[in-house]
Amino acid sequence: MFASLFGSKEMRILILGLDGAGKTTILYRLQVGEVVTTIPTIGFNVETVTYKNLKFQVWDLGGQTSIRPYWRCYYANTDAIIYVVDSCDKDRLGISKSELVAMLEEEELKKAILVVFANKQDMEGALSKTEVTNALGLTALKSRTWSIFATSAVKGDGLTEAMDWLTKQLSSGQ
Amino acid sequence: MNLRRDKKDEEDGGSSNPFQGLEKSMVIQEARSFNDTPIVPRKCCHILTKVMYVLNQGEQFGTLEATETFFAMTKLFQSNDSMLRRMVYLLIKEMADIADDVIIVTSSLTKDMTGKEDLYRAAAIRALCKITDSTMLQAIERFMKQAIVDKVPSVSSAALASSLHLMKQNPDVVRRWVNEVQEAASSDNIMVQYHALGLLHHVRKNDSIAVSKMVSKYTKGGLKSPYATCLLIRISAKLLEKEEYRDSSPLIDFIESCLRHKSEMVIYEAAHAIVNMKDTTARELAPAVSVLQLFLSSPKPTLRFAATKTLNKVAMTHPAAVTACNLDLENLITDVNRSIATLAITTLLKTGSESSIDRLMKQIGTFMSDISDEFKVVVVDAVSSLCSKFPRKYSVMMNFLASMLRDDGGYEYKKAIVNSLVGIIEENPEAKEAGLSHLCEFIEDCEHTSLATRILHLLGQEGPRTPKPAKYIRFIYNRVILENAAIRAAAVSSLAKFGAHCEPLLPSIMVLLERSLLDSDDEVRDRATFYLNILKQNQKALNSAYILNGLAVSVVGLERALHHYTIEPSEQPFDIKTVPLDTQPFAEHKVTSDVSPAARPAEKAAPPTQEIYAEQLAAVPEFAHIGPLFKSSKPVELTESETEYIVRCIKHTFPKHVVFQFDCTNTLNDQQLEEVYVQMESAEGLEVETVVPAPILKYNQPGTTYTLVQLPDDNTEVASVFSNTLKYSVKDCDPNTGEPDEEGYEDEYVRVMKPNFMASWEEIGEDNELEETFALSTKTLEEAIQNIVNFLGMQPCERSDKVPEGKSSHSLFLAGVFRGGVDVLVKARLALQDTVKMQITVRSTDPEISELITSAVG
Repeated sequence: MFASLFGSKEMRILILGLDGAGKTTILYRLQVGEVVTTIPTIGFNVETVTYKNLKFQVWDLGGQTSIRPYWRCYYANTDAIIYVVDSCDKDRLGISKSELVAMLEEEELKKAILVVFANKQDMEGALSKTEVTNALGLTALKSRTWSIFATSAVKGDGLTEAMDWLTKQLSSGQ
Repeated sequence: MNLRRDKKDEEDGGSSNPFQGLEKSMVIQEARSFNDTPIVPRKCCHILTKVMYVLNQGEQFGTLEATETFFAMTKLFQSNDSMLRRMVYLLIKEMADIADDVIIVTSSLTKDMTGKEDLYRAAAIRALCKITDSTMLQAIERFMKQAIVDKVPSVSSAALASSLHLMKQNPDVVRRWVNEVQEAASSDNIMVQYHALGLLHHVRKNDSIAVSKMVSKYTKGGLKSPYATCLLIRISAKLLEKEEYRDSSPLIDFIESCLRHKSEMVIYEAAHAIVNMKDTTARELAPAVSVLQLFLSSPKPTLRFAATKTLNKVAMTHPAAVTACNLDLENLITDVNRSIATLAITTLLKTGSESSIDRLMKQIGTFMSDISDEFKVVVVDAVSSLCSKFPRKYSVMMNFLASMLRDDGGYEYKKAIVNSLVGIIEENPEAKEAGLSHLCEFIEDCEHTSLATRILHLLGQEGPRTPKPAKYIRFIYNRVILENAAIRAAAVSSLAKFGAHCEPLLPSIMVLLERSLLDSDDEVRDRATFYLNILKQNQKALNSAYILNGLAVSVVGLERALHHYTIEPSEQPFDIKTVPLDTQPFAEHKVTSDVSPAARPAEKAAPPTQEIYAEQLAAVPEFAHIGPLFKSSKPVELTESETEYIVRCIKHTFPKHVVFQFDCTNTLNDQQLEEVYVQMESAEGLEVETVVPAPILKYNQPGTTYTLVQLPDDNTEVASVFSNTLKYSVKDCDPNTGEPDEEGYEDEYVRVMKPNFMASWEEIGEDNELEETFALSTKTLEEAIQNIVNFLGMQPCERSDKVPEGKSSHSLFLAGVFRGGVDVLVKARLALQDTVKMQITVRSTDPEISELITSAVG
């Protein structure tokens, strides 16, 4: 019953995060199920991803400092945000946090579901899910549906769990 | 609803443009719907079209609204509708320069250009190159290189053409792609090969050795594409224009071999190139002309047109070469395509003999009304050059021109006819009266103010000297009654000239002028009052100075002098003599037979260098006291061109001083000269007042030093020889070098045109007249006249420098203004008996100057 309703509308998802966090790799891992070689995204990539008979329109926005100001141009009508963090890049966790906080304050994203990917778990010295949670101050979030998953886009770990959670939240929200 | 709109459209003039009257703000509003989900491709396509339409109507988009629309448009990348995507590419290119941060679509475009969808790839490349600036170019370089050698022709072509555009901003980056481009140049696809060759040439175009290497590589073969071959012909022809490749036989052989190419396009291009080469001989021309002759009978109109047009050009320089095609050209006179017919006829006119003119003119008359103004002008030009070739046929051609003048036509067309008529009148005294009456008839119904005023001026100048001046008065006075203010003013001036020159008409002219005293326009009233008062004095000198021969000052100079006078008011009244005179450009003798009409305007180009000098000199504080610039000479080279230092001298004459400007160039790269000046020593004791040295003379950077010399009060002692020494200090080098003497002296007066010489002659009077007789060594009158004109540097008046054919005696009238604003007139009577005898009469307002000039001739 729900499924038939969903069929009519594509869900709109943004993948955001600092440069080099692995956003484009995640996008194509979700779309074609493979690891593709990527170059820094100047601008954006947009693809339609089908997951468990649900259609998502996924926008992967470039994470370079020069491009971040344009994220806001793509906030409207967003159902969910995938926020990707490079778990090894401890130095820039602070910047990552402030970008996240600034973004969540946007009126247009009030109702958007947040999924944080603590990415690059395959690398040595990666922070754990809990450590990333604390570093980003996620526990302080009020009135927001959110969750965090430890992922590795290269190996494919954690992506399925995250997407399952997200689909569930999106369907119940309808 | 729909029906009603149709009806309204019909009232608007049958326009069916659905976008008519679109407003920018509305369109921008609509473009916001790009943000909506889901996207409706058809609707968005329509909106994109509207944005494009508004942009191309010339509406200015602010950066903010453009950026907003651009970002909204980027959302459309989520749709995979191919129509929509291609529309997006187009608009990205349109908006690339007006919106900010357009690089936001870089990733999307690079994905499309490398993707599987061939339909997107070429367009994506073009859009990508448009939005990429030099900082981003590095990022896409790899993709561009791949695209250039892509196996899909459209992709490769798009990459090559875009690279050509990128060359403008980033030549260095594009140069790195030469290997790929060379690979593309051996492509089997005709377009890819053409684009690759174009880019290769563009990359090397500043290095003629590299271009020549490239040309010799490809002329040996390897080009399959006719487009590329055409381009190669053009490049070769360009190379041949350069000195070092002139007569390069491999290039000429290549072009000639292309005359036998299988593609008509290439054959034409080769023929066109040969025809347009400089100094082609008739022999070299022959194969090209015979190829063009074949095209004349081609069933394809484009080929016939191209061939006729090219032959038309050849006829200007080598009429004989085209005569062979006359038969084919005659057949084209009846061609259904009027453009071809016009060109055929004008070509025939250029090559034809005197006997065929009547017939050809009749032929043209039959279809003049069918062709466009542009071609009518071509015909007019051809007819007028024919007139100077066959002056005896003037009546046929004048009647033809006059009948064209009566037909409908635009300004350019009418102007061309009037120009031709005026030209005929000036060159052929017999045609004057007939021509003037045609022009009189024309101004009776002329809608172009500038043409009417021009004709009125001409009537005022020429009319009074015709046998029956009275008959022009009616035409001119009709203008005073019927026309607008500008024409009325011109007519009043013209009337006054008749009054001043023809005494019998004077009373009637006064009556007519009085009627204009109450004209509604200031200028007309002022002119009428002014002329009436002068005419009332009834003095020849006044008439000549203020009516017949107007001010001979340079308008720019007058404006500057008056502006200066109003800024710094002085007790003294404004002196018109301080204004630089309007100098006549040195009269080139027109070669009447074969000069093409197109080549004429170039002769008139006399750069206003005097004004530039005046400004430069005014900027030197040492010269503040010497008054306004009177005349600047042409630069004289004082040194041989191979010497270590090159010095050019320009002499500026002022009322009481002469400033010598020395432009020095140091050609030794290991030396720097300092405190450079020219020490001048005069044999006649002229004093050097001030020297302004050039502080530093670096290698190859011209510097300027000035020397100010005071002139003696006695005007007779102005011929002088200076010996000049260039002085300077230089490190570790011989400090002095002598420079050769400078001599010569001729720029004391400037040429002025006296349209009515005899009136001025009477005006100056006999007081300071001097007369002398000389025997000249020249054999012909023309030569003698040219020598006198060049020697005295004065302006021939009333076309007296032209000797009618077969005469053995002639009078030459010359006019000039001497330094200090003194009018000088010279009348030279020449008679031919074995050698030329000359009696010269000089009149001026100053006896010393008359004497000086007479002695100068001796």
